[in-house]
Amino acid sequence: MNLSKRKLLTIGILSFHLVSFSQEPKTNAPNISGNMEATVQYLNPDTLIGAVQPPSKALINAYMNVFYRQAGFKAGMRVESYSPAILGYPDNFDGTGIGMRYVGYENDFVDVTIGNFYEQFGAGLIFRAYEDRSLGFDNAMDGMRLILRPIKGVALKGVYGRNRYKFSEGRVINSSGIVRGADIDFHLNEILPFMKDKKLDITIAGSLVSKYQADNRDDLVLPENVGAYGGRIKARYGRFYSDFEYVMKDNDPSADNNYNYNSGHAALINLGYSQKGLGILVSAKSVDNFSFRSDRDESLQNVLINFLPPMNKTHTYNLVASLYPYQTQPVGEMAYQAEVLYTFQKGTRVGGKYGTTVNGNFSTAYAPVRHTSNFTTPDSNRVYYQTNLFDKADLLYWRDINFNITKKFSPKFNVVLSYFNLSINNDITKITNDAKGIIYSDVAVAEFGYKINKKHSIRAEIQSLTTKKDKGDWATMLIEYNVSPNFFFSIIDQYNYGNPIEALQVHYLIGVFGYIHETSRFTLSYGKQRAGLFCVGGVCRFVPASNGLTINFTHSF
Amino acid sequence: MKKLVFVLSIGLLSFCGFSQESELLSGKSVPSVKLKDMDGKEVNTADFGFDGPVIISFWATWCSPCKRELNTIHDLYTDWQEETGVNLIAVSVDDEKTKNSVPVYVNGKGWEYLVLMDPNGDFKRAMGVNNVPHTFLLDKSGKIVYAHNNYAPGDEDKLYAELLKLKDQN
Repeated sequence: MNLSKRKLLTIGILSFHLVSFSQEPKTNAPNISGNMEATVQYLNPDTLIGAVQPPSKALINAYMNVFYRQAGFKAGMRVESYSPAILGYPDNFDGTGIGMRYVGYENDFVDVTIGNFYEQFGAGLIFRAYEDRSLGFDNAMDGMRLILRPIKGVALKGVYGRNRYKFSEGRVINSSGIVRGADIDFHLNEILPFMKDKKLDITIAGSLVSKYQADNRDDLVLPENVGAYGGRIKARYGRFYSDFEYVMKDNDPSADNNYNYNSGHAALINLGYSQKGLGILVSAKSVDNFSFRSDRDESLQNVLINFLPPMNKTHTYNLVASLYPYQTQPVGEMAYQAEVLYTFQKGTRVGGKYGTTVNGNFSTAYAPVRHTSNFTTPDSNRVYYQTNLFDKADLLYWRDINFNITKKFSPKFNVVLSYFNLSINNDITKITNDAKGIIYSDVAVAEFGYKINKKHSIRAEIQSLTTKKDKGDWATMLIEYNVSPNFFFSIIDQYNYGNPIEALQVHYLIGVFGYIHETSRFTLSYGKQRAGLFCVGGVCRFVPASNGLTINFTHSF
Repeated sequence: MKKLVFVLSIGLLSFCGFSQESELLSGKSVPSVKLKDMDGKEVNTADFGFDGPVIISFWATWCSPCKRELNTIHDLYTDWQEETGVNLIAVSVDDEKTKNSVPVYVNGKGWEYLVLMDPNGDFKRAMGVNNVPHTFLLDKSGKIVYAHNNYAPGDEDKLYAELLKLKDQN
């Protein structure tokens, strides 16, 4: 190669021009994006805390999404791999293969997808297809979705297909039932000329979802097509806003409701007020017999068509979040919530130099009243009771009263103090085998943040949980050292000092190291992890105790 | 000589291929997803309608580092806007369980950001976001020029330095 530098330069410039030229038609340029995650575990046996070593010793979860878009055309897929799946992950994830794929086209008027899609109608009370990979939840639809936007302010959605049941030997197995639905949404202020720029802002919407599953019983005459329908109104007037949603379901005998022929309902009400420095929210929910699956014989989190949001705060501190979390009871519950957040402005006595924020939250859930007097047993119709809207019984399922105060003392130092009072009915929402009835617990948390210099900072948490039941008292200490923007290191010690069995008064110690480079994140953790519930959005999975190494890598592109 | 031309053309091809690849990685635009703001008004993520650079920050009411990041930027936001003309879009990935607490938190904290709701994770998925907080910086033509997944105190300085780089380019 006796090529002169000059020639090289010319070629370099030429090719540079070529590249910049090919970029010019921006709107039609192809766009590829995606993300991936891999989690590898190597586990040791630890009989004391009940951690088992799987036969393969190591476990892996991995997936990658790739999305392609060009001039309105879109296509995407996800390859998943579980060989075998990590500890506590649902057992219906196994093998390596394509977990999702779709093609579609989209412009301002039409948006069509064939293949897999995720979608939600309203609050999801009658339809929600979604995924949470960390949780092992995926009820993706496989079929067709059409969204039309004929005029500004109107959106019409139609869905038809089967939802994902499991991933077995690298192949997706869909539910045996078919789901189809439609939703129409009118934002009146964009549609009606006289509503334009009015202070009162109104959205009205309605949906209809129906499922089909063949009658598979000889002893019962099962409805093969089950319909659910409802409507919602969202209204805003200045600083006030309100949301109402009400849905009904025809009789839907299933394993969840012991094959009764009752119809079901779910209702949600949210009332809010907010201005700069103050936010208030009051919510209420009424649910009866509203488990909705595309396969009536399924259980757990399988083939759910809808999502019933729990009405309580999602906590972040680990003793509060993973020991006694609450999940909605689809068979029936009446729930209420209130939340206030107030910021004392800078320069006031309480606010100090930087402002101080206080937050209070209350949530509770009760059993519904079941009126049985008009129903004779055995009833040939298999309709056994009646439950009215917001008809609350005295049996407590859940209560959470919590407060926190956030104060910045200087640009370098801030403190968050929190208190939680939790009550959970372990007979109804089973979270532990070591207690009966209602478990009452008090949790206090102090969190400190200190910025050493422009790049280095320390964060510490001290948590205390006290309870007379279950595994007794717990304390957690966390120290995290951050070097912005690339590194962190933390040590967490969870100490079950109040366990009634002395041998189980164990320190669960974990060290975590993390490296972040732009959109890549690598974490390595080693130590003991207690058994607990891992929850996202009110859906939880139980993660057994473990002892070992976990490596996690995520990347976006 | 024929051999040289052959080698050269291969070299040229691979050079083009390579530079196009890096172009794909850094200069991507934002996919179009129709989200609603806190008032229920629809916003197309491919066109936010701002003139200057844009920061997109994915967050949730249950995510402490997300709130630390957005509260830190909140204290600096007026200066950043004056200096660079930036607008921040805070995309909440709260689902129906906690979605209603979003306006309580946003207004209670006095944030001036445009807040968009992504309750079913459609935009999160399209942007390849694994976990929150995840922050993107877009130049004024809407191309992604920087992204970071995490928040530690001090990360805002790095973000601001990237913002200033955009200003220098103008």
